Amino acid sequence: MAVAIAAEGLGKRFGPVVALAGVDLELPAGGVLGVLGPNGAGKTTLVRILATLLKPDRGRARVAGFDVAQHPQAVRRRIGLSGQYAAVDPFLTGQENLIMIGRLYGLSRPQARRRAADLIGQLELAGAAGRLVRTYSGGMRRRLDVAASLLAAPPVLFLDEPTTGLDPRGRLALWQVLGELTARGTSMLLTTQYIEEAERLASMIVIIDHGQVIASGTPGQLQARAGGDRLDLQSPPGQDPRQLAGALSALGTAEPAIDEAAGRVVLPVAGGPGILPEVAARLAAAGLHVSGLALRRPTLEEAFLALTGPPPSRTQPLQHDATGPPAATARPAHRIRSTR
Amino acid sequence: MITAAGTAALPDRPAPMLADVATITGRNLRRLVRVPTLLVFATVQPVLFVLLFTYAFGGAIHVPGAARYIDYLLPGIFVLAIGFGASQTGVAIAEDLSTGMIDRFRSLPISSGAVLAGRVAADALRNLFVVGLMIAVGAAIGFRFHAGPAAALAAVALAVATGLAFSWLNLLLGLAVRDPESAGLAGLFPVIILFFTSSALVPVATMPGWLQAFARANPITVITGALRTLCLGGPTTRPAIEAAAWLLGLLAITIPAAIARYRHATSS
Repeated sequence: MAVAIAAEGLGKRFGPVVALAGVDLELPAGGVLGVLGPNGAGKTTLVRILATLLKPDRGRARVAGFDVAQHPQAVRRRIGLSGQYAAVDPFLTGQENLIMIGRLYGLSRPQARRRAADLIGQLELAGAAGRLVRTYSGGMRRRLDVAASLLAAPPVLFLDEPTTGLDPRGRLALWQVLGELTARGTSMLLTTQYIEEAERLASMIVIIDHGQVIASGTPGQLQARAGGDRLDLQSPPGQDPRQLAGALSALGTAEPAIDEAAGRVVLPVAGGPGILPEVAARLAAAGLHVSGLALRRPTLEEAFLALTGPPPSRTQPLQHDATGPPAATARPAHRIRSTR
Repeated sequence: MITAAGTAALPDRPAPMLADVATITGRNLRRLVRVPTLLVFATVQPVLFVLLFTYAFGGAIHVPGAARYIDYLLPGIFVLAIGFGASQTGVAIAEDLSTGMIDRFRSLPISSGAVLAGRVAADALRNLFVVGLMIAVGAAIGFRFHAGPAAALAAVALAVATGLAFSWLNLLLGLAVRDPESAGLAGLFPVIILFFTSSALVPVATMPGWLQAFARANPITVITGALRTLCLGGPTTRPAIEAAAWLLGLLAITIPAAIARYRHATSS
C-alpha cells in the first residue's frame, strides 16, 4: 500500500446543496493529511465518503488499496473512524465499549479483551475502564472514541475534528497519542478547524471551501502562498497602534492588520530584511517606539485566512472566535517575539 | 506505546453475521438493565397495565365466553405492553443515529442487518420476560390458561413474534424520523389508536357499527383474537393463520425498508 488515500473528482450533492464539487487528493502511506476549511466546507462529507458511509455522486476514491464504492467491506477492515461526536455507548463501561467494537471487527473474545486492555492503558483510561461511560468527562469520552477507532490497528485512520470540545490539556494528550501513531506508520486523515492542530500533526494540508480544494501542499508551501513576509510590531503601552500602522503602511504590500486591544500591528511586506532600515527610519521620523518587532513568514493561519477570504472583522483579524482553542489564541503573542 | 499498524491482525475472514448479531444483542441487553426508562418499560409498566385494566375495567365489563375478565383481557395486554415497549426501540435507534453510533457501526466490517437484528433479538428476549411477568402477575389475580400447555407455549411464542414485527416497525420509524422524541411518539401513536379500536378490551360486537369493520380488520384485533383462542380454547387454525399473515406481511415490508434506510443513514 504505497498510497493510503487517493480521491479523484469526488462530487456529492444533497438536494440543491453541493457538498463536494470535485475533490482530488492523495495521501502517501504513512502520511498525515490535514483537511482544513470553514464550517460547511464539505470536510465531514469528504470523510464520510472515504470511510464508506456515503456514496459519491461522481468521482472515485481508493482507501488502503481498495475502491470505497466497489469494495466497502475491504476498506472497512482497514480503517478506523472517529467522527465528530464521541460515538461510544454511555451505558456501557469503557472496557465493554472497546470489547464490543473489537468483536465486531472479528476479534475473538480473548483477543478483543487483550486489545481493549492495551488501548485502555495507552490512552490513560485505566482508572475509568470499569465505569459507565456516562460518568466520563468529554476528554475521556474522546479518548475512548479514538481507542475504539484503533481497535483493529487500522493502517488508515480518519479523524473528523478529533479535538473539538477538548480542553487544552486533553488536546495535548490526544496530539501526543496521534503523534505516536504516525511515528509508527499509521496513515491519517484529520479534519480540523484548529490551524495549530494541522501545523502540529499534518505532513500535507488541503484547504477546502465550498466543496472544492482551494489549496494544498506542505504547511511551508501554503505559508509561502500567502505571499511575502509579515512585519510584526508591538506598540508600547499607552501608544496607539494605529499610529504605527499609519507611519509604515506605505511599506506594505497590503493593508495592515491592527489589533487595538493587544497593541499589535501586522503588515504584509516584500523585500525581506532589506526593508528593516527603512522601517527604523520611518519610526524615528514619526517619533514612535516599538516594544517588539519581528519579520517572519506568514503563519498557516494567515495563509488560511488569505486563501479562504477576509476575516470577519478588520479590527481583530488575528483573534480566533470565543470558541477557539486557548492554545491557538495564545500563539500570536509567542510568534511576535520569534525571528525568522 | 501505541501498537503499530497491522499488528492486531484481523482474522482473514469476517466473523459470521450471527456472531455480530450476538454482540449487538449483548450491548442492548446491558442497556436494558442499566437505562432506567428501559427498565421501567420492561417491568413496572407491564405489571401496571395488568393491574389497572383488570381492576379499573374488570368490574364493569362482562365478556361472554370468559369466566373472568382477566382471562379475556390478558392476551390484549400482552400486545399493549409489547407495543409500548417497542417504542423504545425507535427511540434507541434514533439516539444511535444522532450520537454517531450508527456512523461507527457502519464503518465496521459487519453486515448491514446485524445492528438492527441485534436490537430485535434483544427486544425478543425482553418480551419473553415481559410476557412471563404478566402471566405471573395475572395468575396471582386469577388468570388461568384453559387450552393446555402446548397452546400456552404457542401463545407466548405468538406474543414474542408480534414483538418482532413491532420492533422492526419501530426501527424503521426511528431511522425515518431521526429525532429520538419524535421516534417515541411515532411508535406509540399507532399502538394507542389500534389498541383502543380493537377487541383487546371489549368485544367488537359492542362497538358502533361504523367502527366494527375497522376493528375486525385491525391487526391488534386479529392478533389478540389468536392469542385468546390459544389461552382460552376454541378453534385456533383460522385465527392463527390470520395473525401469522399480518405479522409476516409487516415483517416483509419493515425488514427490507429498515435495512435500506440503515444502509444510507448518517448522523446529520
